[in-house]
Amino acid sequence: MTAIGFQMNKPVLAIEGLTVSFDGFKAVDNLNLYIDRNEVRVVIGPNGAGKTTVLDLICGKTRATSGSIQFDGKELTKMHEYNIVRAGVGRKFQNPSIYENLTVFENLEMSYPAGRKVFSALFFKRSAAVIARVEEVAREIFLGDLLEQQADLLSHGQKQWLEIGMLLMQNPDLLMLDEPVAGMSVNERVQTAELLKRISQGRSVLVIEHDMEFVKSIAHKVTVLHQGKVLAEGSMESVQSNPKVIEVYLGH
Amino acid sequence: MNVLDKMLAGKPNLLGVALLALLIFVVFPLTLDAFRLNMVGKYLTYAFVAVGLVLCWGYGGILSLGQGVFFGVGGYCMAMFLKLEASDPVSTKIQTTPGIPDFMDWNQITELPWLWVPFHSFSFTLLAVIVVPVLLAFIIGMALFKRRVGDVYFSIVTQAIALILTVLIVGQQGLSGGVNGITDLKTLLGWDLRTDSAKLVLYFINAALLFGCIFIGRFVLASKLGRLLMAMRDKEERVRFSGYDVATFKIFVFCIAAGFSAIGGAMFALQVGFMSPTFVGIVPSIEMVIFTAVGGRMSLLGAVYGALLVNYGKTYFSESFPELWLYLMGGLFIAVVMYFPNGLAGLWDSHGRQALARLLRRSPRSQPVATSLPQAVRVEPKAPAPERPSLETQP
Repeated sequence: MTAIGFQMNKPVLAIEGLTVSFDGFKAVDNLNLYIDRNEVRVVIGPNGAGKTTVLDLICGKTRATSGSIQFDGKELTKMHEYNIVRAGVGRKFQNPSIYENLTVFENLEMSYPAGRKVFSALFFKRSAAVIARVEEVAREIFLGDLLEQQADLLSHGQKQWLEIGMLLMQNPDLLMLDEPVAGMSVNERVQTAELLKRISQGRSVLVIEHDMEFVKSIAHKVTVLHQGKVLAEGSMESVQSNPKVIEVYLGH
Repeated sequence: MNVLDKMLAGKPNLLGVALLALLIFVVFPLTLDAFRLNMVGKYLTYAFVAVGLVLCWGYGGILSLGQGVFFGVGGYCMAMFLKLEASDPVSTKIQTTPGIPDFMDWNQITELPWLWVPFHSFSFTLLAVIVVPVLLAFIIGMALFKRRVGDVYFSIVTQAIALILTVLIVGQQGLSGGVNGITDLKTLLGWDLRTDSAKLVLYFINAALLFGCIFIGRFVLASKLGRLLMAMRDKEERVRFSGYDVATFKIFVFCIAAGFSAIGGAMFALQVGFMSPTFVGIVPSIEMVIFTAVGGRMSLLGAVYGALLVNYGKTYFSESFPELWLYLMGGLFIAVVMYFPNGLAGLWDSHGRQALARLLRRSPRSQPVATSLPQAVRVEPKAPAPERPSLETQP
């Protein structure tokens, strides 16, 4: 079921027949998922539905038992993690994963897409272009004034933003965010929703989130996962009124 | 006291380096007799290993319990050259086969083994001292890091390698000199190594090489690669999913540490006049980790002080109370791990350096473009250093 109006374009991410089984338990079961260019897709589903596993499979953290993940014409299931990143896939983890004893500046600089190999890292120079890019991204994630702050002194919400910023440094074509507003205040959630709207310009975003208000405010389309399979897909309203979804997810 | 403190400081300020240089290049040679100075020279060969461990363990989180392997291989390469020079046909004419090392003759070997032949060449030997251990480290690194063997498992494997190499050396008596090692090393290109003047010259060469390694270490730590090492140690997944091939960075730093150790080993063979499996196995490898831990595994300079102090203590106590020394060293290690995980350098950092650090921190604000100095200062953990995950991998 391809969305009308996007049929002309090939989806940027095409997941087909994806299955992963852990000792016989199929965490993801014959999953098909297509994400278009410039689309913000939110994946929801009860605990254990396989949402995080799907992200793990895309970024190479977990290897698929069978099936394919095509990203921009490249088959990701056979690629090394670092090559998947270099191909343009950025992933934020569920718990903010930042370098606590480096500053905000250094955290962002670490994701600058240069000096990624041993000798280029050894002779990496903090050029004006690097500084400009870091400052630009820092302003985007509301940390423009905290560049010299050590990262462990940031609030939980700021850490979440910092990790999003680290992904932005890589300028990925596909941004995957695992619960980006977990632990955020109401105010921070609103800011994050604005941030996502801004940064989704020119790239696709795949978000896992539980907060339905937040989902409503950002999602173009929602996919409901249940027991490793797609249960429903469509607009937030259509998904929320789907009896199957109400049964397994919103019900009881 | 303040002066001593500054010397222990691991921060890449040049004052600390200058003070250490003063101590090693001026104070020791002026105050110690030839015998004691040679002993300090020997201690300083261990400092090469300790400096390498700061990079690989302190910053990279890779606890190798097999650095003696690289120290030993470097030392054996040098010793093989010196032994061949000492085994010229004239001085070995009483042997059944003149012209081969004496221990080979005792083992009924009648021809120089192929492994030894290239060590007739001094330039080959100099190359081999570095290349062979680094290649070995590269192979070990490829085999383990590419398969994501890390933490305590890596430590165990390196320890096993140290044991295997010891068994191999002891077992191949005809090839290696067995448990006695390679002894009676006399001259280097005709220059008698046993004289006091030769020992003095070697001491200075050794010290200069050590400072060379410290400067390489400082360069690595001040670069982006240095920050990546710490990032990998604390958040390996994040680094991997930021587009870095984590394994190659680990292999690189492990190879550097191996190269440093090997230089130390070669200088050991030159200064002490022999090389034996005693310096290859598990015990010396762990001792080298202790030198690093005591001096401060986050401090290149601290590691040098650690090697000097622990070895001085070892000599002093094993002269006076030989049975006590092992317990003392064990106790020292436990104390370091439990009470001052960043060693002597860490103690100085947490007591009294803060004032200086505050001054230093103010300066980069005005010029965030950062020359390597303020940038590197910010990398160092501030305040009382938090417990690092790598500590938990210690047995």
